[in-house]
Amino acid sequence: MSELLRSYLTVAIFGGAGVGMVALMLGAGRLIRPVRPQPAKYVNYECGVDPVGTGWSQSHIRYYIFALLFVMFDVEAVFVFPWAVRLEALGVFGLVEMVVFIAVLALGLVYAWRKGVLKWA
Amino acid sequence: MSMLAAATSTPIHVPRVEWVAILPELILVGAALVLLTASGLRRARLPRGVHMIATIAAAGGALGAAWYLWAQVSDGKARDAVAGAVVVDGFSVFFMILVSCAVVLGALLADDYLRREDLDGPEFYALMMLSASGAMFMAAANDLIVLFLGLELLSISLYVMAGLHLRRSESQEAAMKYFLLGAFSSAFFLYGIALVYGATGSTALPAIADFLRTNVLVSNGLLVGGLGFLLVGLGFKVAAVPFHMWTPDVYQGAPTPVTGFMAAAAKAAGFAGLLRVLFSTFITYRLDWQPVVWALAVATLVLGSVVALVQTDVKRMLAYSSIAHAGYVLVGVEVATSRGTAGALFYLLAYTFMVLGSFGVVTVVGRRGDAAHDLDTYRGLASRRPALALAFTIFLLAQAGVPPSTGFLAKFYVIGAAVEARAYALAIIAMVAAVVAAFFYLRVIVVMYMTASEEAESPRLRVPAGVTVALAATLGFTLVFGIVPGTVFDFARHATVLRF
Repeated sequence: MSELLRSYLTVAIFGGAGVGMVALMLGAGRLIRPVRPQPAKYVNYECGVDPVGTGWSQSHIRYYIFALLFVMFDVEAVFVFPWAVRLEALGVFGLVEMVVFIAVLALGLVYAWRKGVLKWA
Repeated sequence: MSMLAAATSTPIHVPRVEWVAILPELILVGAALVLLTASGLRRARLPRGVHMIATIAAAGGALGAAWYLWAQVSDGKARDAVAGAVVVDGFSVFFMILVSCAVVLGALLADDYLRREDLDGPEFYALMMLSASGAMFMAAANDLIVLFLGLELLSISLYVMAGLHLRRSESQEAAMKYFLLGAFSSAFFLYGIALVYGATGSTALPAIADFLRTNVLVSNGLLVGGLGFLLVGLGFKVAAVPFHMWTPDVYQGAPTPVTGFMAAAAKAAGFAGLLRVLFSTFITYRLDWQPVVWALAVATLVLGSVVALVQTDVKRMLAYSSIAHAGYVLVGVEVATSRGTAGALFYLLAYTFMVLGSFGVVTVVGRRGDAAHDLDTYRGLASRRPALALAFTIFLLAQAGVPPSTGFLAKFYVIGAAVEARAYALAIIAMVAAVVAAFFYLRVIVVMYMTASEEAESPRLRVPAGVTVALAATLGFTLVFGIVPGTVFDFARHATVLRF
């Protein structure tokens, strides 16, 4: 086996251990637990309250655009946090780059706002 | 706490950015952002045509910047810039000029089309400029990651552009198909980068080339697999068989000016990436990739030409013809000589003008609704609009490879390069495919000239000013440089790829 494939052996062992762990826990539970089926036990779990409607309900397309805008700024945060920690080392260049990055994203938000995406009605 | 202090005390090396080297891309990206926000912020409608003029001005600026770079690199000098991320050589500047021309022509075709279809707005132009800057980054990439970034910038903009016609379900379908298959091919490309990185330890193209020159790999499965995946990703972009499945549907469904721009710019950018990867990085693995590209070229030539024969929709026929054209460029890639590369570059430039001219005519004939693309709508076009029919005839003959046109010379140069490299079988297949392809181009001409127009009462076709200018420019290029090709061929010949 080549050096490369051997290093993948670790991955295989790790994956196997993961599958085995889940199988062990679920299997042990199945063997030990008492079996008393009730209709209430088959209802979807929704924070303890009785669920409303089915699990396949449709949500409004508007949420999609909000989600899109949210993800955009969520991902921005991923870049901003490490940048903020190392701001001193990055110096003026880093500051300018981040301003450009945020400005481009903000332009996108301005565009969406002017297009009326943020209005709910 | 002390660890944090230690971390902040080490300064981070910041690369020097040569802004001039990426000036054409910067102009286009900046113009796209300004156009999008300026017309978003204004409440009043902008005067008509202002988006087009702004786009043409930006593309002209990019052209000027590229011309300035050309003066620095035309005599074979090349350099890398921005910490080795991009390379400035004749090859990259050639594509910058080509893509700028495609943006100008695309804007001219789109202006009246967008108003006609009630789609007027800055979005088309902004997306076109962004995708053009992606195409330029692909041509200038000196690193596989930059190549991928350019590819994504080009593709994502094109996905949206294909679906720009909100009221045509075909357009939405085209965007969806293009997006799904394009995302899939991008994943292939990315995995190829990962495998090549695993095999060579770098994503920088010069470092990969250097590694391959100085090391002999005991088992090269990883590297060849990675190269294969890169080939799949780029083959998808240039619509090479068997990665062409999206082409007919997307070309047919997308708004016609978008189809023209896509055929010109995306194909050119895909081939720029292909040549950069195969010819200048993996040249030491020539014997591994040449048979694969040979098979791709033959399959592309044969399938593109033969399937186009049975199409009755002109846009779809042009889509298959664009697949066949990719086959000829692949012939130039396969021979892996500087002459083959020069031929491929000349072919791409000639094709840019031919295809944008052809789709310009299709835009006009398509009428409001962008649906009249059946061969029957071209019946008797010569008696109704003789000048338009003549222009279309010249574009089709040029695509068929009839002299005196750039289309003929383009085929001549790539097939000549194949003969010089003793790839006789490939040259013969390319010539036979050209003969087969001539049939479907001629069929459209016959329909336009030989049959009488049945619908005399149909509203007279209006040829807008922008399209007239675009048609005149593309016709002029196709004919003038078909007769005196020296300047353009020298341009392509001096657009040498940096050999690592």
